[in-house]
Amino acid sequence: MATLSSDSRPIIAHGPSLWFRFIVLGLSIGIIALDHRQNYLVVARSWLSNAAYPLQALVQTPFEAWDWLTNSFADRDRLKEENTELKARMRIADLQLLRMSSLTEENQQLRDIRKASTGLNVKSLVTEIMRVDLDPFRHRVLLNHGGNDGVYKGQAVLDADGVFGQITRVGKFASEAILITDAEHGTPVRVNRTGLRTIAVGTGNFSKLSLPYITGDADIKEGDLLITSGLGGIFPPGYPVAEISSIKRDPAVTFALVDAKPLAQMDRARELMLVWFDAPPTLDIDEPVNAQAKPKPAAAKSEQTGAAPPKSEPAKAAPAKAAPAKSEPAKSEPTQPAPPAQPNRADPPNSAPPKTAPPPTDPPTDPPAAETRP
Amino acid sequence: MMGDSQLSGWRVFISALIGLTLTIVPLPDALEIIRPDFLLLIIVYWGLTAPRLAGLAFSWLCGFGIDILHGVVLGQHAAGFLVVAASVQYFQLRLRIFPIWQQAFAVFMMLIVYQFVVFWIDGIVGSPVFDLRRWLPALTGALLWPILVATLDTWNRRRR
Repeated sequence: MATLSSDSRPIIAHGPSLWFRFIVLGLSIGIIALDHRQNYLVVARSWLSNAAYPLQALVQTPFEAWDWLTNSFADRDRLKEENTELKARMRIADLQLLRMSSLTEENQQLRDIRKASTGLNVKSLVTEIMRVDLDPFRHRVLLNHGGNDGVYKGQAVLDADGVFGQITRVGKFASEAILITDAEHGTPVRVNRTGLRTIAVGTGNFSKLSLPYITGDADIKEGDLLITSGLGGIFPPGYPVAEISSIKRDPAVTFALVDAKPLAQMDRARELMLVWFDAPPTLDIDEPVNAQAKPKPAAAKSEQTGAAPPKSEPAKAAPAKAAPAKSEPAKSEPTQPAPPAQPNRADPPNSAPPKTAPPPTDPPTDPPAAETRP
Repeated sequence: MMGDSQLSGWRVFISALIGLTLTIVPLPDALEIIRPDFLLLIIVYWGLTAPRLAGLAFSWLCGFGIDILHGVVLGQHAAGFLVVAASVQYFQLRLRIFPIWQQAFAVFMMLIVYQFVVFWIDGIVGSPVFDLRRWLPALTGALLWPILVATLDTWNRRRR
């Protein structure tokens, strides 16, 4: 420890006193901290996080170097083994993809018929979690893509198995995401089997989501799949989120205690996917809840009636054209020109059905009707 | 005299950078929860050793560094650091003649105060973490204090 003689302070202090400095600096902190409700400092904050990026990059350099080393000097046998395994998986994936593409096409046609928004996945970007520790009690991660790659606040982050989280803050080179298991995060979901909509709230535990708004008599059972409902406008609809793991019903209380297990590998995944969607997610409110659950009857009906406007959205961004174009040749064109489908971008959900004025012989275009159908 | 203070200035700066790095270096889960607040310990050390160089403004800046790295409300850790730095400055003449174990105890109290400020601001802003393990870093920090003092003292003496 230093001795007294190493203290270079003059005996008679000059400058402002300790308490004066303390109060001034404390007030400045107060002012800056209060700003978190007003968000004037967003730009400053993003610049500051850019300034922090070199340090974060520095911290993860040794890990990347180690990964690179182990990859470059990998065993030949291990590589061969991995290669054969990957090929086998690729074959299976190809097969599934074949089926998938036909299903996608069919789905697209059905959605066109219903004038429902597509929510098609246009672009995705594989990103990686940076090996930087944030607060151990909060489920936040740092991803190594930022505003330079078009990442935006509120963007959905997925992993190979399900929904992972959403972007909360964007820097130039890195961005921060909150996991769906963070105690401050709620995910709008619906039960795939019944269409029941609810909210899955994070618990701070990587393997548990809680569903606090399910009534005791709700039709829900263990093993039910929860998928995103698309409400709230953050997550695109239809992506798997979690599986119901336990239900405790007590007749004395209104709500059941329901827990779910996230499908994404919350604590193990390193590589994630950022996705961009062509339609603004607010459109998805118009979508009938059981659009995917009941494809067969709808298909049959559409063939009978056959009157469907070819496209739901006339003016669409260039990359989105591929999907609607697919459905055009397969569809039988309507005998009389259908009323021009109006982009229901600005419409509130309740006023949308009367305004778009579907032909009366075309029940599937009416969302409320679709909802009540068995 | 001037040269010495410049040299110390560099040392303060470099040790602060090291402290910042240590706060985000990935650790195994078990160790992550008890990760001591390295930067705060370094600030306390410099507050005792070179109070003119590493005063309130310095700790204020370091606190903002932590806020930015952790992505929390700007000013949360800065406030905690400021409180600790002010108490270090206030008790400085007494603290530096304490025996090391007594110093470690004083540091423990300061770390508790710091954790409390962080916890408090968490509570104001959103959802605080009620897990009791959040107080563990104060304990490990106090245990680390003698080692840190020995290391930094050696570093200071060799260059001098």
